[in-house]
Amino acid sequence: MNFFFTDILKELKKNKLAFLGLIIIFTFIIIALLAPIIAPHNPSSVFPNSLTIAPFIDGQFLLGTDDLGRDILSRLIYGSRISLMVGTFCVLMSLSFGLLTGLTAGYFGGKVDSILMRFIDILMSLPSILLAIFVVAILGPGLFNAIVAVGIVSIPSFARIVRASTMIEKEKSYVKASMTFQSSSVRIMFNEILPNCLGPIIVQASFAFSEGILSTAALGFLGLGAQAPMPEWGIMLSDARSYLLTAPWLLTLPGLCILTMVISFNILGDGLRDIFDPKTKRRK
Amino acid sequence: MILEIENLNLNFNNENKVVHALKSINLTLKKGQTIGIAGESGCGKTLTSLALMNLLPNNASYSADKLHFNDKDLLKISKQERHSICGIDISMIFQDPMASLNPALTIKTQIEELLIRKEKLSKDEIKVKIIELLTLVGITSPEKRLNSYPYELSGGMCQRVMIAMAISCNPKVLIADEPTTGLDVTIQAQILALLKSLQQKLNLSIIFISHDLSVLSNFCDEIYVMYAGTIVEKNKAKELINHPIHPYTKGLLACIPNKNSGIDLPSIPGIVPDLGENLIGCRFMNRCPYKKDSCIEFSSVQQTSNSKYFNCDLSEAELKVNKWI
Amino acid sequence: MDIVKLQNLTKVFKIKEGFFHPAKDLYALNKLNLKILKNKTLGIVGESGCGKTTLANILMGLEKATSGEVKIFGQSIELQTSEQKINTQIIFQDPHSSLNPRKKIWKIIAEPLFIHTKLSNDECKIKVAEALDQVGLNPNMMDRYPHMFSGGQKQRIGIARAIILNPKILICDEPVSALDVSVQSQILNLLNNLKKELDLTLVFISHDLSVVKYFCDEVVVMYLGEIVEHSKTKELFNSPRHPYTKALLDSSPDLYDLDHQFEVINGEIPSPLDRPTGCNFITRCKFKTNKCSISPPQTNKEKLSYSCHHPLNL
Repeated sequence: MNFFFTDILKELKKNKLAFLGLIIIFTFIIIALLAPIIAPHNPSSVFPNSLTIAPFIDGQFLLGTDDLGRDILSRLIYGSRISLMVGTFCVLMSLSFGLLTGLTAGYFGGKVDSILMRFIDILMSLPSILLAIFVVAILGPGLFNAIVAVGIVSIPSFARIVRASTMIEKEKSYVKASMTFQSSSVRIMFNEILPNCLGPIIVQASFAFSEGILSTAALGFLGLGAQAPMPEWGIMLSDARSYLLTAPWLLTLPGLCILTMVISFNILGDGLRDIFDPKTKRRK
Repeated sequence: MILEIENLNLNFNNENKVVHALKSINLTLKKGQTIGIAGESGCGKTLTSLALMNLLPNNASYSADKLHFNDKDLLKISKQERHSICGIDISMIFQDPMASLNPALTIKTQIEELLIRKEKLSKDEIKVKIIELLTLVGITSPEKRLNSYPYELSGGMCQRVMIAMAISCNPKVLIADEPTTGLDVTIQAQILALLKSLQQKLNLSIIFISHDLSVLSNFCDEIYVMYAGTIVEKNKAKELINHPIHPYTKGLLACIPNKNSGIDLPSIPGIVPDLGENLIGCRFMNRCPYKKDSCIEFSSVQQTSNSKYFNCDLSEAELKVNKWI
Repeated sequence: MDIVKLQNLTKVFKIKEGFFHPAKDLYALNKLNLKILKNKTLGIVGESGCGKTTLANILMGLEKATSGEVKIFGQSIELQTSEQKINTQIIFQDPHSSLNPRKKIWKIIAEPLFIHTKLSNDECKIKVAEALDQVGLNPNMMDRYPHMFSGGQKQRIGIARAIILNPKILICDEPVSALDVSVQSQILNLLNNLKKELDLTLVFISHDLSVVKYFCDEVVVMYLGEIVEHSKTKELFNSPRHPYTKALLDSSPDLYDLDHQFEVINGEIPSPLDRPTGCNFITRCKFKTNKCSISPPQTNKEKLSYSCHHPLNL
């Protein structure tokens, strides 16, 4: 598998925009890992004497403070941890269930395919935010439940992509060869077919990451996801609603962070898709 | 002489290297003649026709001393003129007919597109012409087929539709790139017979590209054998098959199973050289059982008669003595 | 000795033509009777839709027959144990898609060993080296990926994979059709040598008559799911009995018979969903009579086997 990933990196370097996305994501990861070291203050620490200070005025609070006197910069830095974690768990959840469903449906076809795809169709027929709200309403508000909800909602995209790839690979002779050796279905699905479906899965994972962050922030904004006093970017947006005109930086800064992270994953996903799409290769 | 290609060279400019895909290609086509281009995969036979038709990708650059169609220099005329010659006066049919037709359009729409481009006809006149074309290529009940989609037709029928499209604008030259590869043997015979009859009816000149020497030997007047981007031999079809001169041609013919084949079939050892390396001398050298020291630097084109030439440093007499080992 | 015996083998696929129409029957194979003898190379020739791929799939156990019997070494194919099933192996037409592009070739070749034996990785590698040697490849290449090999080499890898468990029957599904002529001869030589070394019986499916003429001992000609003629190679090519065999031979260009006039046979292969009544070949046969449209011909099983009301060259 080694040649696969080094090849991808080589190709990515050629696409400047996608590489930029990768660098930004990497930067966020470093910031998140080093949060306790680089954040000037504790994100929950309250400074009652320094309420709603604008950015770049006070040396102690580089990006200003919010209405409760908490340092915005520190909250944003710790918020990056939560966002990355949210994205990762969402993707892991939707990928694992989507992959299992897609592989099984694509490989066995027939009735199995029909039944599994009907479940997927049901999930797809509801607007994702509504479905997420529904799940959270059952499980109760909280960041973890929001992640589960968003994860469930993202299963169909993975399932359909994996199913399509499986159906294509299944017709190829190397799969037939495995069948002639009396290889078990599970072995064929995971050992032969899955490694060849990785391209579209990786692309979708990148997009699912950004969707996960955005959706969870939206749920946080609605009060259904992360709860105060967590330094989650969505809550920060929600808390700042009434300060749009008086303290716009309370909205714009977390908004910019969400924007940057989501765009980075999206352009990375675009770059990866260009790499895996054979038709774009030919045009180059 | 309807087509003259002299010293055609083609390179692909990739990021880290230049691939010398075609070297010194010389080709002539007379009116009403059928020539065949034979060779294995990667030898450059399709590239030659793409260079003629100006259908190359962006990173390809080519030059030629002569690239004349009907005494017009194709490299010196305007883009529009070239565009109107390639596609109308010179047309092409490709290998996989199912993949060469647009799956989302009906047969009628696809042929219409071409007719509208060249001739200004009314809708009814076009419909009549299309039915005429489909009948000419041997499609039964053409009126019923007008609104069919390619997936509803068999491979043989799709190829007939492609041929109809290719002859719709009365071309002078038809390039057929492996048109019968992948078709059943009986259908292949039908398509070859069709091409032969169309050639007589429309006074076409045909360039037939194929890896199958037996098809070429039965269909073409002259055959060019290509190897690694160069032409190694050209001769009249019968002569080439019965008295091959160049070692590669001998090897190729020896590998085809025939009534004289023993228990072990001969083969050509080695592989095609990397065209990214700057190759001087003979490109077949490393696989040739008759190689001499001089082959490293030279390989001369020897024209021994009007219709025969071959690209080798040994003389015809020396090569005649040797059979393929 | 009969290694493979097919009796009245029929395979029907149900084709749905829409929600409101009942499913139609597609007879991919229709009452096939065939015996394959030990250590012979049997050629199977036919055009698209004749059923040769379906036949290969059934022999490999990838599809089940709808009716009729398939016996391998006297044992019905449905009752075979796992060990018996691996006695039949197959090599495929397209060398590029027959190897998993994400696996190293030693793992590809050792796959049958992983499934059927308890050998360790190192022991498998030794066997893989042996197999690579047998097919003429350098064992040092076993850690490479398929895309690093040429078409001919990939086909050799496919052959190594097929022979690693010492099968008795090797089905070759158009193994040289996708290869260049110069490589084709190497693969044919390899198959011949392996047949002798490993005591194999070969079933060689091909559309290329010159290769079949050179390579096979006996030839079976198939049309629309039925066997129209089965005889020894020389006799089939010198004096074909069935008009379809004659049509195939007449349509094939002959490299050394340049004055040979192409006999073009008209019409196309009828759709298997729409079989003609009587003889299958009636829509294209030059020699047909009324009898041919009434009843399908019986198979004449004297010295040669052919199914025609008016056989040629008698």
